[in-house]
Amino acid sequence: MNNILLNVDKLSAKIENTEILKKFSLEIRENEIHVIMGPNGCGKSTFSKILAGHPSYEINSGDIFFDGKNLLELSPENRSHAGIFLAFQYPVEIAGVTNFDFLRIAYNEKQKYEKKEELDPLEFMEITQNFLKKLKMKAEFLNRNLNEGFSGGEKKRNEILQMLLLNPKLVILDEIDSGLDIDALKIICDGIINNLAKGASLVVITHYPRMLTYLKPTHVHIMIDGQIIKTGNQELVEILEQDGYDAFTN
Amino acid sequence: MNEIKKQTNFEINQVISQPYKYGFKTDIEREGFPVGINENIIRLISEKKKEPTFLLNYRLKAYKKWLQMKTPQWANLEINPINYQDITYYSVPKQKEKLNSLNEVDPEILKTFEKLGISLDEQKKLSNVAIDAVFDSVSIATTFKEKLGKSGVIFCSISEAIEEYPELIKKFLGSVVSAGDNFFASLNSAVFSDGSFCYVPKNVICPLELSTYFRINDKDAGQFERTLIIAEKNSTVNYLEGCTAPQYSENQLHAAIVELIAFENAKIKYSTVQNWYSGDEKGVGGIYNFVTKRGLCIGKNSNISWTQVETGSSITWKYPSCILLGQGSSGEFYSVALTNYYQQADTGTKMIHLGKETKSKIISKGISCGFSKNAYRGLVKIGSNASYSRNYSQCDSFLLGASSVASTYPYLDIWNSTAIVEHEATVSKISEEQLFYLLQRGINTEQAISLMISGFCKDVFTMLPMEFASEADKLLALKLEGTVG
Repeated sequence: MNNILLNVDKLSAKIENTEILKKFSLEIRENEIHVIMGPNGCGKSTFSKILAGHPSYEINSGDIFFDGKNLLELSPENRSHAGIFLAFQYPVEIAGVTNFDFLRIAYNEKQKYEKKEELDPLEFMEITQNFLKKLKMKAEFLNRNLNEGFSGGEKKRNEILQMLLLNPKLVILDEIDSGLDIDALKIICDGIINNLAKGASLVVITHYPRMLTYLKPTHVHIMIDGQIIKTGNQELVEILEQDGYDAFTN
Repeated sequence: MNEIKKQTNFEINQVISQPYKYGFKTDIEREGFPVGINENIIRLISEKKKEPTFLLNYRLKAYKKWLQMKTPQWANLEINPINYQDITYYSVPKQKEKLNSLNEVDPEILKTFEKLGISLDEQKKLSNVAIDAVFDSVSIATTFKEKLGKSGVIFCSISEAIEEYPELIKKFLGSVVSAGDNFFASLNSAVFSDGSFCYVPKNVICPLELSTYFRINDKDAGQFERTLIIAEKNSTVNYLEGCTAPQYSENQLHAAIVELIAFENAKIKYSTVQNWYSGDEKGVGGIYNFVTKRGLCIGKNSNISWTQVETGSSITWKYPSCILLGQGSSGEFYSVALTNYYQQADTGTKMIHLGKETKSKIISKGISCGFSKNAYRGLVKIGSNASYSRNYSQCDSFLLGASSVASTYPYLDIWNSTAIVEHEATVSKISEEQLFYLLQRGINTEQAISLMISGFCKDVFTMLPMEFASEADKLLALKLEGTVG
């Protein structure tokens, strides 16, 4: 059996005074693809933000261990360095900051953390160009301001470009398929699957089974009201398609 | 607040707490005048500088006007009353009457400038910038004079210009900012001590960037410098100005005048990075920076461009302006003003369109942190003869923290119906989501905020000369404060 990568143990968390996660548990080993499906407001996105260390959520109880580290003790940037990558549902725009500068700073921060040499703009351009090709992105994309005026598809591609550059161990895709056409979805899924680091795993949060035909999950979880209530394989998706979430609550 | 949030706020606060690194003072024997201002003091200054009679008369005329004037009250500033009899109006390091070379400059002063990162030793310094270094009331040294001389460019201290080129001084000094222009301008006209002078002859593109570095050292001395730049027909000059002062708990007064004159097709680009001591975190001490800067585009198609990065001073009152007289002339104003703690800034520009087809552009970025007040105040005036003139103004404010104030006061005064005037304004904040996005990519809080601020200021920073742009970026990173969300 593969090594355990992520272990979430009875995690309860709230925002302001609303409890969102209720003794949520999940174990992910290396080389696995986990899908979390659930109705709106069940806490899927909250879970992904808590993993990444979003400051708005408060942890009441429970633990998260990631790659041998107590994740809750790490700052958001150190969680990133440790190998957590969250592909955002709504990537933010930042005025005046070019995509290129942003990518290079993020890349070099990781290099610094791993005590590797930082790259100058020319060296960085070289490695980036490779990834751009894989994602069928044009180089002019780098000169634009971060996510500013990007179409929905461009924003998502840019998320995956960042993933390729940072080479994470655990990738969380938070509804990355929303607002994408079929071609773009296929390019993005191929880009992810073909470029994951050795031993890396995926957490896919989605409402739509289409993405799963490209990603081929090893585990499917049904999440309702802050908890995972059922875990299985692709068959769960078929039940869900037929009967909706009622099939699991009744 | 949970742990991470506390940590993040803590880090943001850390970013600011960087102490002012230019706050040291130089202990040096100095030659000062008795404190206070009166006709006698003015005569003494003039005599000390061996000035011609016309200049003494100019000073006395200004003094008489000043006596009848009152401190302007219209700005959005709270200024503690200034006792003008407590100020020393002339303070110079004791040294030989006339310096023949850098070797004769007091080594303590040279060390001061070295510490500030300004090397006056021509062997060591940036090869494309000529520097005039002003220490309290006097110019210490001007570099690269010979090289400039070969192309006909005159670059020296204003005292030297008064001695060597009195006819130029007589013709141009006070021709843009008159002796009675405003309270602080009149005070300056009466007591100005030193500053820089630059004259670029016809058809000459100045081969070096010119730069003046102003340092206030003396605790009780005011600095009243005077800068005059003249660009003749078809000439071009780039000028940079930097300023610092030691950390004292008393406020010090800095009331300068800068006059620019551009003839036909001439271009003057004037850039400032102002980092006077801004007072401590409780608002004690710091420089009162009350400056009158104005450019006259007298010739056809002439151009004057102001770029300023204002991060220092306890109070800034400053409106670098352009009078667009020549047909087709153009003026620009690019500004970043950052205020922190209890700093106050009321800054902006005046674009006075008098000639036909004149153009102006204003880009102002204000960043307010702590309990500071940051106001943009700008006037666009289109005179009745200024047909087909245009102005574009953009004023953006960025708030860091909930206790700071940003205001915008745009004034329009349009007397010609063919004019096109556009104004845009925005106010933004660093959102928690933006910060989180950058953190998630492994960029720490400090870097994330610097990145966002430099993105916000980009339109202005790209106008700065290379040597200044990275300096300005670093300076802002050092001065930031605030809380997020």
